[in-house]
Amino acid sequence: MEALDLARWQFGITTVYHFFFVPITIGLSLLVAIMQTVWIRTRNPEWLRLTKFFGKLFTINFALGLVTGIVQEFQFGMNWSDYSRFVGDIFGAPLAIEALLAFFLESVFLGLWIFGWGRIPEKLHVGAIWAVHIGTVLSAYFILAANSFMQNPVGYLNNPETGRAELVDFWAVLTNPVQLVTFPHVIAAAWMTGGAFVLAIALWHVWRSATPAADKPMYRKATRMGAVAVLVGGLVVTVTGDLQGKIMTEVQPMKMAAAEGLYETSAEGEGAPFSIITVGTLDGTEEIWAVTVPNLLSYLATGTFDGEVKGINQLQEEYALTYSGDALTVAEDYRPIIPVTYWSFRLMIGLGMAGMAIAAAVLWAMRGDRELRHRGWFYASVVVLFLPLFANSFGWIFTEMGRQPWVVHGLMTTATGVSPGVSTFEVATSMIVYTLLYGILAVVEVGLILRYTKVGADPAPTESLDPAERADDAPFVFTY
Amino acid sequence: MELTTVWFILIAVLWIGYFVLEGFDFGVGMLFPVLGKGDEQLDGETRKRVMLGTIGPVWDGNEVWLLTAGGATFAAFPHWYATLFSGFYLPLLLILAALIVRALGFDYRGKVDSVRWRRRWDLAIFWGSLVPALLWGVAFSNIVRGVPIDADKEFTGTLFTLLNPVSLLGGLVTVTLFTAYGALFLALKTDGPIRYEARALALKAGVAAAALAVVWLVLLHSDTGNAASWTVATVAALALVAALATATTGREGWSFALAFLAVGLAVASLFVALFPEVMPSTTDPAFSLTTTNASSTDYTLTIMTWVAVIFTPVVLLYQSWTYWTFRKRISGHHIPTEVAAGARTEESTATASSP
Ligand code: HDD
Ligand code: HEM
Ligand code: HEM
Repeated sequence: MEALDLARWQFGITTVYHFFFVPITIGLSLLVAIMQTVWIRTRNPEWLRLTKFFGKLFTINFALGLVTGIVQEFQFGMNWSDYSRFVGDIFGAPLAIEALLAFFLESVFLGLWIFGWGRIPEKLHVGAIWAVHIGTVLSAYFILAANSFMQNPVGYLNNPETGRAELVDFWAVLTNPVQLVTFPHVIAAAWMTGGAFVLAIALWHVWRSATPAADKPMYRKATRMGAVAVLVGGLVVTVTGDLQGKIMTEVQPMKMAAAEGLYETSAEGEGAPFSIITVGTLDGTEEIWAVTVPNLLSYLATGTFDGEVKGINQLQEEYALTYSGDALTVAEDYRPIIPVTYWSFRLMIGLGMAGMAIAAAVLWAMRGDRELRHRGWFYASVVVLFLPLFANSFGWIFTEMGRQPWVVHGLMTTATGVSPGVSTFEVATSMIVYTLLYGILAVVEVGLILRYTKVGADPAPTESLDPAERADDAPFVFTY
Repeated sequence: MELTTVWFILIAVLWIGYFVLEGFDFGVGMLFPVLGKGDEQLDGETRKRVMLGTIGPVWDGNEVWLLTAGGATFAAFPHWYATLFSGFYLPLLLILAALIVRALGFDYRGKVDSVRWRRRWDLAIFWGSLVPALLWGVAFSNIVRGVPIDADKEFTGTLFTLLNPVSLLGGLVTVTLFTAYGALFLALKTDGPIRYEARALALKAGVAAAALAVVWLVLLHSDTGNAASWTVATVAALALVAALATATTGREGWSFALAFLAVGLAVASLFVALFPEVMPSTTDPAFSLTTTNASSTDYTLTIMTWVAVIFTPVVLLYQSWTYWTFRKRISGHHIPTEVAAGARTEESTATASSP
C-alpha cells in the first residue's frame, strides 16, 4: 500500500471512530440539559437522579469524542498537506472559528458542570450544561460548513498566480445550500442517537427484574423521553434527507446515480425506479434479483415522479470531457465505488427506520402502566442503541465515499491532496498507533459504560447541593 | 500594521496562552509520582486526588488553546500549517498519542476503584504529560533554528534532523520549566503537606530550568536572535529568578504570577526571534516561509480578525471566571472518602469491611 491509500484509510477510520462519540455527545448533552431543567422546575428527585446518571455516562463518552477530535484537527496538515495548501484560505477559517467559538464553550463549561455540583449555584450549574450543548451545535455548524464546501465549493475563486482556491465570499460558505440541509440532518440524526442511548439504557432497567421496583417509574420516564427523541429526530431526518437528495442531484449528480447504482440515464418521461434491495452478480454490473419501487428515485432526486436522473455512464463521459485538462482534476475514473455507496445509503435509511420502529413499539407497549416483561424487550434495548449510531456511520461513509475521487468536488482529486513529503513508513506508523490505541480505548470505554449502566442511578443525595448550605471544608460532591 | 503581522502576533498569543495554561497541567502530571507518594501525613491516593482536583475543572479548556492555535495557523498561514504538521510528523504523532492517554487518565482514573486500574492511568498521566512537555520544546527549537525546506515549501529532513543537541536541550528546558511551574501552581492551589513539598520542589526544578534555559536561549538567540528577542528572553529569565526568590518567602500568588510571566515571555521571545519568518529554511533562506509567502488572502484575514477581536475577549472572560469560581485551595479533607457506587469493586468492599 502507498502513503495515499494509508492516509485515506486512516482518515476514514479515525473520522468514523470520532463520529461514534460525536452524535451521542450532541444528542445526550441536550437530553441531560432537559433532565436537569425539569428537575429544577419540578423538584422531583427522579429527574436529579437521571441527570446525574446520564451525566456520568455523558462524560465518559465526551472524553473519547474529545481526544479523537484532536487527532482530526491535526490530520489535515499531517497527511493532507497539499490539500491544506490548496484550500487553506477557505477551509481553515471555519475550523479556527469552530475552536474559538465552540470548543472553548464546550470544554470550559463542561469542567464547570462536572466539578460544579454543590460548588456553584444551581441556576449557573444548569446553565453550564446548556452552554455545553450550544457548544456542540456550534461545533457541528462550522465543521459541517467546512465539509459542505468540499461537497459543493462556493464563495471562492481559483487564483492561477498562487495556484489555490481563495475565499471571496465567506457568507456564501456559511450558507452553502448543501450546508443548510446537511446541518439539520446531522443534528436530527444526533437527536436520534442520543435518544436511542437514553432509550436503550433506561429500557433495559425497565425490563430487568433486578432493578428495584421503586426505581422503575423513573426509568420509564427516561425510556419515554429517549423514544420521543428518536421519533422526533427521525421525522426531521427524513424531511431533511429528502431535501438533501434534491440538492445532491444538482451539485453532485454522480453521487445520486451511485446511490442507486443507476448506470444509464432514465429514459425521458419514464422516471427512474428505486431498489430497496438488490442481489447482483459478483462484479456488481448485473442485477439478478431486486425489490424496486417504480419512479421513487426520480422523486427523491427531482421531486417529480418522471424527472430525469442521469446515469453513471453518461456522467463519467461528461466529467472526463470537462475535467481532463488539469492535473488537479484529472482522474481515470470519476465513479465512486458503487456497491459501497449503494449499500451505505440503504443502511443509513434502513437502520434509522428500524430504530424509529423500535422506539414507536416501546411507546405503544408502555402505554398506560403496562409493564415490559417479555425477553424481546431486552434484545430491543441492546439493538436500538446501535441502529441510529451505525446509521450515522453509514450516512458519512455514503457522503464521503460518494464524493470520490474528489476531495473538493470539481476542484481537486483526493490523490493530489496527500502530503508529498510524508513517507509510507510514517503514515503506516501512525496508522498502527491509532488503530491499536483506538482499539484499546473502545474496550475501555464500552467496559465503563456497561459498568455504570448496570449499577444504575445513585439514590438521591441526602445533603443539599446548594453551595450556600455546605461547609467550606466539606468533601466535594465530585472529584477525579 | 499589515494583517499578516497582526495574525503572526495573534498566533504567538495563542501559543503563549497554550503554554502558560497547559504548562502547569503538564507540571502537575509530571510531579504525580513524586508528590503523589504517601507518607504518615497523607496517603498517596488522597494526594493524587488533591493534585488532580487542582486542574480537574480547567485542563480541558487549557488544551483548547492548542486546538485554536492549530486552527488559526491553518486559517491564517496555510503553508505554515501544512509544512509544519507534515514535516514534524512523528513527533506530532507522539504528542497526540500522549495527549490522548493523558486526557483519558484524568477522566477515567477514578472511575474504577482498583489499584491496578489506577496505576495504569497514573502512568498515562505521567508519560502523557512528560512526552508533550519534552517534544514541544524540541519542536519549537527547531522552528526557530530552521529546518531543511525546499522550493516547494516541503520539509526535506528526517526525524533525526529534528533531534539535534540544541533542540534536545530545548526539550529539557521545557520539561524542567513546566515541572517548576506546575509545582508553583500546586503550592498556590493546595493546602497541607503537598503545598510545602511542592514549594521546595519548585525551587530545585526552577534552578535547573533557569540554568538550562540560559544556555538554550543563548544558543538559540545568538543563532537567529535580534535585539528585541534578547531583551524579551532576558526579562523572561529575570522573571523566573524572581518567581523562585518569592517562592522562598512563601508568597505563592506572586511567585506563580511571576512564573506565568516567565513562561509567557520565554515563548514570546521565540516568536520575536522568528519574525518575519515563520519557518526559516536551512536549505536556502529564499525558501523560508514568511508571514507574507505563507499567508492567506487579506479577505480571509480580515474576516478572521473580526472574529478574533469579538470572541477572544469573551473566551478570556469566561475562562478566567472559571478559574475564579474554583479559586479555593484544595486539601485532603475535600476528597470524598466514599467510593461512588459505579466505581466499586471487590477490592473496595474488602477494604470497607475490614476494621
Ligand atoms: C471538514 C472536513 C470533513 C468532515 C467534517 C468529514 N470529512 Fe470525511 N473526509 C474528508 C473531510 C471531512 C477528507 C479530508 O476530504 C477525506 C480524506 C480523504 C478523502 O478522500 O476525503 C475524507 C474521507 C472520508 C472517508 C474515506 C473516503 C476515502 O478516502 O475513500 C470516510 C469514510 C469519511 N471521510 C467519513 C467521514 C465521517 C464519518 C465524518 C464525520 C465526522 C467525516 N467524514 C467528516
Ligand atoms: C473531520 C473533521 C473534524 C475535525 C477536524 C474535528 C475536530 C474536533 C476536535 C479538535 C474536537 C475536540 C474539542 C474539545 O476539546 O472539546 C472535536 C470534538 C467534537 N467534534 Fe469534531 N471534528 C471533526 C468532525 C466533526 C463533525 C462532522 C462534527 C459534527 C457534526 C463534530 C462534532 C464534534 C463534537 C460535538 C465534539 C465534542 C466532543 C465529543 O464529540 O464528545 N466533529 N472535534
Ligand atoms: C428517509 C431517511 C433518510 C434520507 C432520505 C436521508 C438522506 C440523506 C442524503 C441524501 C445524504 C447525503 C447528503 C450529501 O452527501 O449531500 C445523507 C447523509 C447523511 N445521513 Fe441521511 N437520510 C435519511 C436517514 C438518516 C438517518 C436515520 C440517519 C442517522 C441517524 C442519517 C444520518 C446521516 C448522516 C450522518 C449523513 C452524513 C452527513 C450529511 O451529508 O448530511 N440519515 N442522508
